[in-house]
Amino acid sequence: MGAADQRKVDQALAWARACEAAALFSIDPMLGGVALRAPAGPARDAWLDLFRDLAPAGAPMRRAPLGIGDERLLGGLDLPATLRAGRPIAQAGILAQAHGGTLVLAMAERVQSGTAARIALAMDSGEIGAERDGMTLRAPARFGVIALDEGQGDDERPPAALLDRLAFHIDLDGVGHAVALERAVIPVEIAEARRRLPAIAGADEAIAALVTVAARLGVDSLRAPSLALRAARAACALRGGDAIEDDDIATAARLVLAPRATMFPTSESEPDDSQPSEPEQSAEAPPEPPRDSRPDDGDQSEEQAPPDLTDLVLAAAAAAIPPGLLAQLRAGKTTRAKSERGGKAGAHAPAGKRGRPVGARQGQLRDGRLGLVDTLRAAAPWQRLRRQGLEGEDARRVIVRPEDFRIKRYKQRRETSAIFVVDASGSAAMQRLAEVKGAIELLLADCYVRRDSVALVAFRGTAGEVVLPPTRSLARAKRTLAGLPGGGGTPIAAGIDAALALADTIRRKGQSPLLVLMTDGRANIGRSGAPGRAQAFEDALESGRKVRAAGIAALAIDTAPPLKSIGDAPTLRLGQAMNARYIRLPYANATTVSDAVRAASPSP
Amino acid sequence: MALPFPFSAIVGQDDMKLAFMIAAVDPSVGGVLVFGDRGTGKSTAVRALAALLPKISVVVGCAYGCDPARPAGLCEACRERKAGGKLKSALEPVPVVDLPLGATEDRVVGALNLERALSVGEKAFEPGLLARANRGFLYIDEANLLEDHLVDLLLDVAASGENVIEREGLSVRHPARFVLIGSGNPEEGELRPQLLDRFGLAVDVKTPGDIPTRIEVVKRRDAFERDPDAFTQKWRSEEQKLRRKIVAARAALGDVVTGDAALESAARLCVALGTDGLRGELTLIRAARALASLEGDKALADSHLRRVAPFALSHRLRRNPLDEAGSTVRVSRAVNELFAA
Repeated sequence: MGAADQRKVDQALAWARACEAAALFSIDPMLGGVALRAPAGPARDAWLDLFRDLAPAGAPMRRAPLGIGDERLLGGLDLPATLRAGRPIAQAGILAQAHGGTLVLAMAERVQSGTAARIALAMDSGEIGAERDGMTLRAPARFGVIALDEGQGDDERPPAALLDRLAFHIDLDGVGHAVALERAVIPVEIAEARRRLPAIAGADEAIAALVTVAARLGVDSLRAPSLALRAARAACALRGGDAIEDDDIATAARLVLAPRATMFPTSESEPDDSQPSEPEQSAEAPPEPPRDSRPDDGDQSEEQAPPDLTDLVLAAAAAAIPPGLLAQLRAGKTTRAKSERGGKAGAHAPAGKRGRPVGARQGQLRDGRLGLVDTLRAAAPWQRLRRQGLEGEDARRVIVRPEDFRIKRYKQRRETSAIFVVDASGSAAMQRLAEVKGAIELLLADCYVRRDSVALVAFRGTAGEVVLPPTRSLARAKRTLAGLPGGGGTPIAAGIDAALALADTIRRKGQSPLLVLMTDGRANIGRSGAPGRAQAFEDALESGRKVRAAGIAALAIDTAPPLKSIGDAPTLRLGQAMNARYIRLPYANATTVSDAVRAASPSP
Repeated sequence: MALPFPFSAIVGQDDMKLAFMIAAVDPSVGGVLVFGDRGTGKSTAVRALAALLPKISVVVGCAYGCDPARPAGLCEACRERKAGGKLKSALEPVPVVDLPLGATEDRVVGALNLERALSVGEKAFEPGLLARANRGFLYIDEANLLEDHLVDLLLDVAASGENVIEREGLSVRHPARFVLIGSGNPEEGELRPQLLDRFGLAVDVKTPGDIPTRIEVVKRRDAFERDPDAFTQKWRSEEQKLRRKIVAARAALGDVVTGDAALESAARLCVALGTDGLRGELTLIRAARALASLEGDKALADSHLRRVAPFALSHRLRRNPLDEAGSTVRVSRAVNELFAA
């Protein structure tokens, strides 16, 4: 079979799975939803059309745009109605409007973790409860979520809190228009299945199998097997069965567990579960799923005649692990990306609403955003006076005059994002990398106290790369740093360039970047990747001058052993090119380094 | 809202359950912070706990749910009511108030009642979430994502037990004694150390690793979701047993003898760990006393201190970036060294 054929088969498989997920989700909305990874295009539209046809008639489908505010998401004050009625009138948010139907999240990979947390809370509790604008809003909100994920690569994923609650993670990337025309399910079957769902029996075996498989695939969250169980039930209802059978479990594992796999299952032993509580168990019979809960089976014998259900399900799931993931897993790269992802999303609020609100002041509407509640509060005491002489409808209105306008004020503390550019090359590394790591950790701890975010760029060999995108999570930064390998050439220019690119992104987000370069200054790999000290240092100086030109605050920390005359230190020259503060690590204890960073931070 | 999952039916997570029960027995330990993986039943446990606790007697019509049996703690309105005659009381469940992430400050602390102000032109106070949480629990999911100024404010009120409002020409103070429960996932950003220190107890929760436990979790969850009534019924006697235990522990709390030897052990432990301030020591002793009371012991012993030391101290240690060992490990190391002798 040619590569093209193979691709066609893969596409058809992916599409079939997507259809199946749509069907199961529309049978049981408690499955949470679907994360649909696909660029905007015919395949995605076809899937959404399919889902719309399958959903119960009249069920709402609301679309939440990216960067939706709390007012629209949770509900808030309805300004026109409030002014007309003379008392606060609430307006339902999108979550409440989606009750009984589906919420479609556009560009879910860029949804902020705060928004995701609010949606997740509503999904968990089945209602929205918000305390806003002087009102308590409470409304039922049972809805499923379709997260349209247009992200590319591992870094761009919807927030983990959300993904965890959505049963199906579907990838339609690369599925062509022609493939997506076929429809495997019809609405009539769905309605029938929905009716059948509550009576489906046979959970115990399914639970045991799904939990075991989830553990072997390295799926940590216990929500996954719970959702998989629901999916198995829905699959059973769809095919018209009364009790969950092996096929249903396999379907559930394929659709729910496989996309969440963080490691490739090995059949010889339970890989990740070290099972500290029961050491004897793994010793005696490794391939056996732990003596599971089948009390009704009765037979205690070691050999179970039929091929074990767990293995069957595991095989089904393993076959459905996305190919890209497989390659990564084989290479031994444990992707914790899913759970680590969160930190980045939480880093910053959208532009235009920066800083924290610090009350409101009198002002003109053109000065900023109207503080609605504050305005009404300002107007309130005067109402009786202003209404004098008015009659009928007019006398019931709230009369707001321009002098009542209150404008929201925000405290403009621009967040700083410190980019640590770390020399992990052979010359610096070996004896000093540990020391550097220690210093960075102290700096990290300090940044974190001040709520700055930190990012890590490491350079070694021939390239510089962002090993940690800006985050506030100290735990994550520490882990990354601890795992940072050392050795190889010293491509300072490449490191600075990578940091510059990152600094640019940070600026676009409205934060101030601060570049902290830690190196011994002995560049030996040029920008082109070719060795040669002189050229390499020239390149580094040139990159340094770009930092100065871009006006990015910088700090150069020299990690080289002390020289006789300090003027020759290459890092000093580099620092001068960057217009950076310069300090020497040998003389710098934690406090001085930390103070230096603070001093170098762009003033607010 | 639907029935909460029974507290006693939560599989494993003994640390978290114990910390919650300690806070229920002695609210003065000062809040619990639960940090850990997703899907470990953090929010389930909080809601379950509140449902487990016996109902409290409150003054009818009081916005703050004042306790008619404690005249000293009454709010102003209740004092006036009392002066006018006898207070009417009613039994209410312990309040659990969720602090949603999108909450605005005015709703948290309370503000001018807009409706009355607009329609009648009257300056009246509209109590906020803190008022509702009085004598109960205030639960913040994803506390690490909450805006800092709100967290500051909450901790301040939680520590003083009183909410003071000075805004919009209002000047109100009312009782706000509640147990603050925060949860969060450290992967998404951490709490500032200043805030960490002000939570009384901190527990780390992890997803259970062994398969039988995991199976049991999914099974119970499934049984509950399919038929909440039957499931709750099945666990009723367990729940009652636990409730009696907590009630008995509350009653016996004052009688637990705290000997000098126990105090000395606590002090030595704190010194060995180098915790800043006395807050850790106080919390350690209070928590250990609540534990002793829960276990029906008459006097505070080293075993109690050992059990609660990780909750009370692990989040108060100075961070040592070069020490890879987690703070919980450091606490148990110190505990073992101290009590081995």
